[in-house]
Amino acid sequence: MVRVEIIRPEPNDAVATGTFLRQLRKNRLGVLGALLVVLVFVSAFFAPLIITHDPIKIMVGPRLAPPSLDFLLGTDQLGRDTFSRVIMGGRIPLLVAFASLGSALAVGVVLGLIAGFGPRWLDNLLLLVFDTIRSFPGIIFALAIIALVGPSLASIIFVIAMTSVPIYARVLRTQAQGLLSSEYIAAERSMGAGTARILGVHVLPNVIGPLLILVSMDVPAVIAWEAGLSFLGMGVRPPTPDWGAVLNDGYSYINQTPWLVIGSGIPIVLATLGFTFLGEALRDIFDPKLRKDL
Amino acid sequence: MWLYLLKRTVLAVAIVAIAVTLLFLMIHAVPGDPAITLLGPRASPEMIAQIHQQMGLDKPLAVQLAIFFGRVFHGDLGFDAFSQRPVREIVLEQLPYTIELIFVSILWAVVIAVPLGCYSAIRRNSLVDQVAGVVTVAAIAIPSFVVAVYALLIFAVTLRWLPAIGAGSGFRDGLIYLILPAFATGIGWVGYISRLVRASMLEVLGENHVRMARSFGISEWRIVARYALPLAILPTVTILGVGIAWLLSSAVFIEVVFARPGIGKLIVDAVNTRNYPIVMGVVLVTTFLIVVATTLSDLVNAFLDPRTREKL
Repeated sequence: MVRVEIIRPEPNDAVATGTFLRQLRKNRLGVLGALLVVLVFVSAFFAPLIITHDPIKIMVGPRLAPPSLDFLLGTDQLGRDTFSRVIMGGRIPLLVAFASLGSALAVGVVLGLIAGFGPRWLDNLLLLVFDTIRSFPGIIFALAIIALVGPSLASIIFVIAMTSVPIYARVLRTQAQGLLSSEYIAAERSMGAGTARILGVHVLPNVIGPLLILVSMDVPAVIAWEAGLSFLGMGVRPPTPDWGAVLNDGYSYINQTPWLVIGSGIPIVLATLGFTFLGEALRDIFDPKLRKDL
Repeated sequence: MWLYLLKRTVLAVAIVAIAVTLLFLMIHAVPGDPAITLLGPRASPEMIAQIHQQMGLDKPLAVQLAIFFGRVFHGDLGFDAFSQRPVREIVLEQLPYTIELIFVSILWAVVIAVPLGCYSAIRRNSLVDQVAGVVTVAAIAIPSFVVAVYALLIFAVTLRWLPAIGAGSGFRDGLIYLILPAFATGIGWVGYISRLVRASMLEVLGENHVRMARSFGISEWRIVARYALPLAILPTVTILGVGIAWLLSSAVFIEVVFARPGIGKLIVDAVNTRNYPIVMGVVLVTTFLIVVATTLSDLVNAFLDPRTREKL
């Protein structure tokens, strides 16, 4: 008699993490991205330990000095140490990214579930509002809001969250509607489960994964937005160190020294590249079919 | 098709109407009384009431909204108190510069990206494809204003090959002034379009009619140019309409960095001087442009691919 033995590894977390790391290691760009992201996080988190001078103290050195051993990236027009300002400046983009995308995700999930499982008219209404917000012109719309409420980090976070919600809600809605007609939901319903239980226990865990990947792919865009608005002088107030603000200083004094521009541009480039490479790798590993234009 | 055209147009009008309503409500949600801003803190109640009456602020919100709609519908975007000119005139004066920048950027991006995407698809996993894969992701990821400032530093300030600021005068001069801004605006699109062309080209090359052509012994390049590209280019054509929103955002930064005239520079200057009528005028005009562009691209898409018509 032939014994058939089905060998199936238990889906425990350690194995899953191991598989993930193996797959990530094969993706060389993904590894580079992960390294850059770790670098950005570590430098932002331990910034107070890394900096060599007080980032907002004026005239710790000469004005617009080139790099030296004392001032690793030179100094700015007020004699502040550029290196310390750039290292501290990484905190704000990360904070903005987490606050805005986190709140957008929370609101987007709720609205997406309402659109997907609510009555038809509510679905249509929400879609119309989503399409309207998506037709507002990005940065120009952000500038309009900032003109009304004044430049601050809160307004940047608000604008980014507001423009991201429709995208997440739409993706969630489409995925949730696909699940709505599946058999296990029908089975659950026939056993008398309420809507809250179906949504929370059965639908959400199944649709949240792809959405998280989308969110991770939006991080570089948010960093670019924050730096861009601060570059235009619409973000953090001086003297707070921030990549975009330092880049703006460098732009103003570009004829006198290239070091401010070089020093503040490179972290923006490294951060956006790192998060992009990592995000693409995550998508390739977990959900190759995921497309943003749902 | 006609039914789709009708539905899509109604949707576009509805979106513009909701956008105008949202903007109106936003202006009203701002704390502070415009009359007090205008008159100063020592204004008497009678004077404030008079200004309210003049500006229509004493009427119910719904009536104010209707008046606002009527004005926008007639193309009246308000009056700029600083320059004593209608907002519409100011915005329309700056708009051609921005459209010129966007057009040239898209043009050079397409000219570079389409052949690059095709080549990457045909010689898949070749060295060129792998290098292009990395470079295109990087081109999309790096913010356009960083590219702009670096380009300014290298080509205008250090090497002094190209002019740094302004838009130049005359056709030839204008083109020279466009080189750096169009480079910075378009570079992300080179990445975006070439990835798109590559992906859809790979899809098309696997289809039956291409295999058929191959079995007839038609050369690979002729197959690509004649039978595959016309199909593979479709997603790109339709994405360009959606892309105008993205391009307008880049144009804001590029115009500021290169001190070029245009609506991006206009709105940044207006925000800095708290000139609300200009800010709102630019938002209304650009929103309108984006809705028209996305609607047109949807219609082109529906015309080319009948399956999308059923989705609405």
